[in-house]
Amino acid sequence: MLPVDGFGFWEGRELGKVNHRMDPEVSAVRLTILEAVHILSSSEDGGRIFCTLESLKRYFGETENPALPEEQEEFARIHFSTFLRFLVGKLSPDWLELLPDGQMEELWASFFLEGPADQAFLVLMESIEGAASPSFRLMKMVQLLARFLSVGRMAAVMEGQCRQQAGPAFPLLQETLLTKVVGLPDRLGNRLQRENLATFFPQNYFPLLGEEVLRVLQVVVDSLRGPGESLRPRETEPEVLSRLLGNLVTKNKKAQFVMTRKLLFLQYSCTMPMLQSLLGYLAMDSQRRSLLMQAGPTTHQVLKELLETWGSSSAIRHVPLVQQRYVSKAILICLAHLGEAELQDSRDELLASLMEGVKSRLDSSLPPVRRLGMIVAEVASARIHPEGPPLKFQYEEDELTREMLALAMPRPAADGPSEAGPSFALVSGETPDRETVDCSGPQAGPEGSDSELDSDDEFVPYDMSVDRERRSSKAPSYVRGCLEALTGSEDWERWEAALWALEGLIFRSPAATQEVSVELAKVLLHLEEKTAVAGFDGLRQRALVAVTVTDPAPVAEYLTTQFYALNYSLRQRMDILDVLTLAAQELSRPGRLGKAPQRGSPDPGSQPGGAVVPAWRAVVEERIKRKTRRFSKGSAGQAPAVGPNEFNLVAGYFFFPLLQHFDRPLVTFDLLGDDQLVLGRLAHTLGALMYLAVNTMVAMPMGKALLEFVWALRFHGDAYVRRGLLSAVSAVLLSVPTEQLLADLLDELLEARSWLGDVAEKDPDEDCRLLAVKALLLLEKLRDKLLPLSSP
Amino acid sequence: MTGLFPTSGENSGGGLDFITWEQAWCSEVLETPVRPQVTSMAAPRLPPPDPQFVLRGAQSAVHALHFCEGAQGQGRPLLLSGSLRGLVHIWSLQTRRVVATLDGHGGQCVTWLQTLPQGPQLLSQGRDLKLCVWDLAEGRNAVVDSVLLESVGFCRASVLAGGLQRWMLAVPGRGGDEADTSPRPLLLAGYEDGSVALWDVSSRKVCSRVACHTEPVMGLDFDSQEARGVSGSAEKALAVWSLDEQQALQVRGTHVLTNPGIADVKIRPDRRILATAGWDHRVRVFHWRTMKPLAVLAFHSATVHCVAFAADGLLATGSGDQRISVWSLYPRT
Repeated sequence: MLPVDGFGFWEGRELGKVNHRMDPEVSAVRLTILEAVHILSSSEDGGRIFCTLESLKRYFGETENPALPEEQEEFARIHFSTFLRFLVGKLSPDWLELLPDGQMEELWASFFLEGPADQAFLVLMESIEGAASPSFRLMKMVQLLARFLSVGRMAAVMEGQCRQQAGPAFPLLQETLLTKVVGLPDRLGNRLQRENLATFFPQNYFPLLGEEVLRVLQVVVDSLRGPGESLRPRETEPEVLSRLLGNLVTKNKKAQFVMTRKLLFLQYSCTMPMLQSLLGYLAMDSQRRSLLMQAGPTTHQVLKELLETWGSSSAIRHVPLVQQRYVSKAILICLAHLGEAELQDSRDELLASLMEGVKSRLDSSLPPVRRLGMIVAEVASARIHPEGPPLKFQYEEDELTREMLALAMPRPAADGPSEAGPSFALVSGETPDRETVDCSGPQAGPEGSDSELDSDDEFVPYDMSVDRERRSSKAPSYVRGCLEALTGSEDWERWEAALWALEGLIFRSPAATQEVSVELAKVLLHLEEKTAVAGFDGLRQRALVAVTVTDPAPVAEYLTTQFYALNYSLRQRMDILDVLTLAAQELSRPGRLGKAPQRGSPDPGSQPGGAVVPAWRAVVEERIKRKTRRFSKGSAGQAPAVGPNEFNLVAGYFFFPLLQHFDRPLVTFDLLGDDQLVLGRLAHTLGALMYLAVNTMVAMPMGKALLEFVWALRFHGDAYVRRGLLSAVSAVLLSVPTEQLLADLLDELLEARSWLGDVAEKDPDEDCRLLAVKALLLLEKLRDKLLPLSSP
Repeated sequence: MTGLFPTSGENSGGGLDFITWEQAWCSEVLETPVRPQVTSMAAPRLPPPDPQFVLRGAQSAVHALHFCEGAQGQGRPLLLSGSLRGLVHIWSLQTRRVVATLDGHGGQCVTWLQTLPQGPQLLSQGRDLKLCVWDLAEGRNAVVDSVLLESVGFCRASVLAGGLQRWMLAVPGRGGDEADTSPRPLLLAGYEDGSVALWDVSSRKVCSRVACHTEPVMGLDFDSQEARGVSGSAEKALAVWSLDEQQALQVRGTHVLTNPGIADVKIRPDRRILATAGWDHRVRVFHWRTMKPLAVLAFHSATVHCVAFAADGLLATGSGDQRISVWSLYPRT
């Protein structure tokens, strides 16, 4: 667009044309305008100018005596924008004052506000960008543009574009218009800098634009339907979307990219209803449906790509959990929209990528990642391969699982193949319905049919979980008896009773326990669940912890050697780590001596899988928090229970043997390879032991060794391992006395600091970032402590 | 162990002289079969309630409990407890202290306590094979009469009090029992072989007999309005039975428990819930009409020997751990 300074430009070009082409019909309009232009440019008479301008308004077709339609059309198409530019050129304070009370300005503005909106808009934008800043003209034009927006002329701009328009220039015009409309906030912002009006801020402008779009759409829909029909009152969102966009997604590359890639794979900010609408929209029409799912090899398949992304082991490691959830949910929604037959067509392919994904997910050491794997695998396998044996995992039901299972409920597909129906019953059966009606055997008698209707609901039963089998008197009375019962006995009741009684017996008779401690630990470590004892894992773990606490040095020595020995399962190795941590925790508990041993202490072993660690990690983190506050407040809030840390004497037995062999793979056990879950657990355990060794002599060498361990593994790919390392660093900072940290570990800490900084910024795992920030904060505290020491 | 009930139909007159008695033996627990853990996914339930208060100071295992409605017009009833060492304690539920201690059984276990409605008279049965009648009026505590028993079993006596100064007592023994004149009293008795029998006391014959348990019956209670009763035994089940128009007993169902051994069972006077005293240290509460389990009270640390309900619904439980706990469950509205 060229800048327009006044009438001269227009006059030269257009007059020339008029003179050449003496078309009588066209020239009527042209002549009128030329005359008007002459009058406007020469006359100083307000009244005359007013009449001239008023007379031109008949070309807008809204006056009593409108011009002929052809004339109107010609005016709009050829002359209007040029005339507007001329009007812009006339704008000056003197000119506006030719008529009193702002009449002139009002009339002037009405040309912009009532004439064809697209051209008015373009001229407005053009003149604002062309005007000298700051100037009277710029100010007036900006005000006019604000007014243009506020009276809803944007709708008119868009409406004008909806009318079928011919001519080769039309696409160009539309493109220009689109650029200007979309770029308005930027352009105005650049032009006006600090003088910008609030109307043009993006946060105000775009909602306005949205409203205008809706109005236009309404108008368009109404005009298409004709009178009499109106919008159906209740349309689901995918239908609305479908009405708005039609099959745009199959025709327009950009739309296809946004809908099938950007919103699904590149972003994860859509809310669930949005995602449902989007996928519902894709599934509504058979053409669009093929995007979701089609057998053809070249077609872009949303479902398949979702499944591949979901199962890619690299994505599992490097993509934030939120996004993983998002993709999982998208898969479930997709599955809900697709019919049985469609899924059958590419069943093998889908199953292959599903199984691949399930495998990588279940390999993960993070419970939420595994859980996503289980849920999606259950639902997807039931849908893709309904006749196969149902896949069933054990996972705890929570809000997320319920939400996800609800998403997976198939919905009747409009437009879609009719086979979608029957699958409904199938998947609804899949939702866990483990409600067991009867709690304790058959109900007594069907009697009471004739009795009065006293409401049973009134009496809400209490929790009856305490109502367990009572151990009979078969339980051994001595630790040795338990040992015998657990090893040689074929009497399962006695075996069970011994298991139940063991922890108590150990605490009651420490001396007797010490005689057989290692043997007992060995038996317990190898103990297998032989009967369906409720809470077997917890019982065994508590007994092991009790033995370790009662006779720490030999038992810890035994356990730590076994950790790297051959022929143990991963479960057993992780049990060893848990037991060491819990025993250390008990030993280091302030005020432990003289108090009854903690019975029924936290029972992490009873939870399945990786849920064990967070229990004590929460404890450590909670303590870190507490500690952190104490630093800032000085040492005022000292804990009341004071006593020697009993862990002091034996910490070395717990700690150092665990560090010795982690880089030496065994035939069955490769910490740096596949067994990263155990490595993660090891890192957490070492961190916990470090933390529990606070106030012990051995803390410094432990810290040094631990920092070395951390340094060696700092770029490990598994988030769970990294979390362990990060909490280990925090533990070192908390447990090793400041002076020693500064004297002996300074280099290591400086190294660690740069790594922590990197993790805090870049790690894909949120917990890792958080832990790194915590460790950095502890380092900061350390520095603060250092400065007052060195300054005097 | 009493079940007081009017006979159906014919006997609606004033003199309700029916007595029940039963005989049972205690036996050792021999088995603890494994029961699969049943998990319920229903809405989270309230944790089991705590006792309203606990009475301590019986100084030996509590074997008998009985609520005595405030004789002196006091607000709260008195609670009587019989102990292993032969003492009867009278507790004030107001102050939660012992009001009086009666010693009349020569250090032998008191197994049954019952007050008579006409006046401050107390019956107590002891392992010394004596049944004593006490006069508690005006703070007295003297044995006014006693009956020598022949049975050395665990069976408790039962009394049915009717009109003025007239009551019928059933005590376990070898032969027949003394019975007062009254229109057709009926008596329920639980036996060592696990059966429950209905006796017509006046004609001294068994009207009906039904095998409810495979182990000795330890306690029973009867709901006379619905003609339905419940019995507990040394085995792992409660039995619910009913009495039809022909005075025939019929087992209606059994309710399997987690652990074997029920020492006592009582239906609350409003016939809404019932409580059992378990050898497994637990008190179980059921909805009486449906036998739906409502609560398991795991408060005591030794065998629970006895349960008793007050007229206002308060539940007292006495145990070998020498404590008496008092509970307010599903209060009546």
